[in-house]
Amino acid sequence: MIKPVLLWTDALVFLLVFIVVAFGFYARRYEHLRAPWREVVRGRIAVASLVVLTFYTVTGLLDSLHYRKALPMQDGQVEVQYAGDVVSVLDGLLGGIATQAEKTYSAPFATTLFTRETVVDENGVQQRIFPRLKYGGAHLKDPLRERAADIAGRSLMAFVQALLFMLALFVLLALLLGRHWNSTVLTTAKRLWHGESGVPWRTFMITVSLLVFLVLLIANLAPVWHVFGTDKVGKDVLYETIKSIRTGLVIGTLTTLIMLPFAVLLGMMAGYFRGWVDDVIQYLYTTLNSIPGVLLIAASVLMMQVYMDTHPELFETMAERADLRLLFLCLILGITSWTGLCRLLRGETLKLRELDYVQAANAFGVSRSVIMVRHLLPNLMHIVLISVVIDFSGLVLAEAVLSYVGVGVDPTTLSWGNMINSARLEMAREPMVWWSLLAAFSFMFTLVLAANLFSDAVRDAFDPRMRR
Amino acid sequence: MLAYIIRRLLYAIPILVGVNLITFVLFFVVNSPDDVARMHLGMKHVTPDAVEKWKVEHGYDQPLLYNRDAPGVEQLTDTIFFEKSVKLFAFEFGSSDAGRNIGEDISQRMWPSLAIALPTLLLGLLVHISFAMLLAFFRGSYLDLSGVILSVVLMSISGLFYIIAGQFLFSKVLHLVPISGYEPGWQAWRFVLLPVVIGVISALGSSGRWYRTIFLEEIGRDYVRTARAKGLPELKLLFTHVLKNAMVPILTGIVVVLPLLFMGSLIMESFFGIPGLGSYTIEAIQKQDFAIVRAMVFLGSVLYILGLLLTDLSYTLVDPRIRLS
Repeated sequence: MIKPVLLWTDALVFLLVFIVVAFGFYARRYEHLRAPWREVVRGRIAVASLVVLTFYTVTGLLDSLHYRKALPMQDGQVEVQYAGDVVSVLDGLLGGIATQAEKTYSAPFATTLFTRETVVDENGVQQRIFPRLKYGGAHLKDPLRERAADIAGRSLMAFVQALLFMLALFVLLALLLGRHWNSTVLTTAKRLWHGESGVPWRTFMITVSLLVFLVLLIANLAPVWHVFGTDKVGKDVLYETIKSIRTGLVIGTLTTLIMLPFAVLLGMMAGYFRGWVDDVIQYLYTTLNSIPGVLLIAASVLMMQVYMDTHPELFETMAERADLRLLFLCLILGITSWTGLCRLLRGETLKLRELDYVQAANAFGVSRSVIMVRHLLPNLMHIVLISVVIDFSGLVLAEAVLSYVGVGVDPTTLSWGNMINSARLEMAREPMVWWSLLAAFSFMFTLVLAANLFSDAVRDAFDPRMRR
Repeated sequence: MLAYIIRRLLYAIPILVGVNLITFVLFFVVNSPDDVARMHLGMKHVTPDAVEKWKVEHGYDQPLLYNRDAPGVEQLTDTIFFEKSVKLFAFEFGSSDAGRNIGEDISQRMWPSLAIALPTLLLGLLVHISFAMLLAFFRGSYLDLSGVILSVVLMSISGLFYIIAGQFLFSKVLHLVPISGYEPGWQAWRFVLLPVVIGVISALGSSGRWYRTIFLEEIGRDYVRTARAKGLPELKLLFTHVLKNAMVPILTGIVVVLPLLFMGSLIMESFFGIPGLGSYTIEAIQKQDFAIVRAMVFLGSVLYILGLLLTDLSYTLVDPRIRLS
């Protein structure tokens, strides 16, 4: 028995997914909307980065389905009681590594703790040794000799599974595309193998297989090893960094979702109505813009923190509190970041409103709001789309910096910024604790790189100036 | 020209008033001074007397906007709004919640900030432009392609990584420079070196790529083609014509940040223990010293508006086609 929990950010994330899917169905029907996307998916780099982004997104979505587990029934109990902590479907899938905590730091694939401890052995003699881990490599009798073989064996297993997956994917693609291209399975397979297709299916296949291999690697290794070691309180670093994906995605996307209505509406109004409306809106964004971004964010977050501290009665669970703080952070980031897009849209609207078709609509007596929605908005959408994808990677990176400054997400929320922040304090240690930094930076880097490459492709396809 | 500057300065007033109102609402309306006092005194077991005492000590004991009990003009001046917000216009920052004079702190701490920010800017310009020129000269080749790829990769790395990796490599492993700290005077170079190098490298991706786009745009213009048709060597063409014209957007893009250099960089200064305004702000944020944050918000806006004004003026200096009206 479980009780689903819908956090605020979950609701908004699924709203966003709904919007994207709905737009996808809408765009399918219109050639002019489909054409640029077709151009995007013809690039090899774009397809590869899209696959990576999809993997991240799926992880984030799985992590957005929250629920509370039912507690075991006590004797004479009628109503089911639910556990206080909110977990996600992803937690369920990850299984053991969510809960298998060691005592403190341990290196990746270690079988002993990172620090010495005084242990009294059976003869009553005190010894300073590195104690064995409770979970990491606990299935081995003699870790020094068996460890390499075990890791190699499990990796090989994952590799074989991934190869099988790739073969299955290849056959499936050949079957599906063969029907589409009206060719036999064999010729389709040949064309696929040589990479002769408009959409680079071979790149798609290789990227998917590579990522599936990584997933399988984790699935094979993580149950018995701490792949990225453990952190100060002994929690698995791999688990933390996977959980951080959702935080990064939420900040990168919800911020945009929140600010878009303001930016689009105000930008269009300023450009279309001109006069005093324009003056007021320009004043508004110049003022907001003139406060250095980090300082405005810091001031707002500090004030929100005080508000939350003085009103603890508003939040039922810790998760809710952390979640609302995340949402507020998105809100604040949105308020500070809509100005750039607003200015762009204003400029474009100023140009568009003088064009013949808008003037014609005006002359026919079409109302202003209809002109804005029907004639101006669709012609602004490419700017909106480009700026959304470009902003995304910047926001993911900003989260880390803000958490470092102390105005980021809640300290209890798992995020790359929090991971880096706490690992940074251990820099002075000798030898260094480097694995949480490595895990956080590499996961963040992959996401941001994919987003950057993808946004380049989107910009090239959608920006009319880029077209030759 | 003078009339234009004066009018621009007058335009700045309503914006600063707006900034002031925003900070006032943020700091005093969202949370009352009582809440702030309670937070500073620790959330539990705070007596009303203690809250009152804290407010008197830090000058938060007046009403927010309108003082009913005061005589005459003081009805408006004897308020938190006047004392804490209006006085910012005269650059009277008052004292921090810890009791130090903010104005004095700022005038002392802006020089270390400048010592980091200015060399970073200058060296950065040199390195980034050279990098972009190199790519533009070999445009379309594998060197260009790998340079662009390198830029995207560099852009995708978190700024924190550059700092942590730099400190680890140069200070901890190679022992070339101290890990953090600062010393006034010429001895500062040892401490300034690493932050400057890291600052330049971390911006190489985005700046290099942006400059390359500017150069390529300029190379595509007609006058370049004409010059090439007349037989001008490519290298000379790049350095005399393209660079000169491309400097217009580059320089004007930099002028806007010039005044903000005094504010320093939050992250860089706190990692390297530089006693500048950036670390001052970050310490204030972490200690929740709102008086300092308020002062820095105002100062930052003033400097930004100054930067905008300088940008517009610099346009006329580098591009005679633009006239201010």
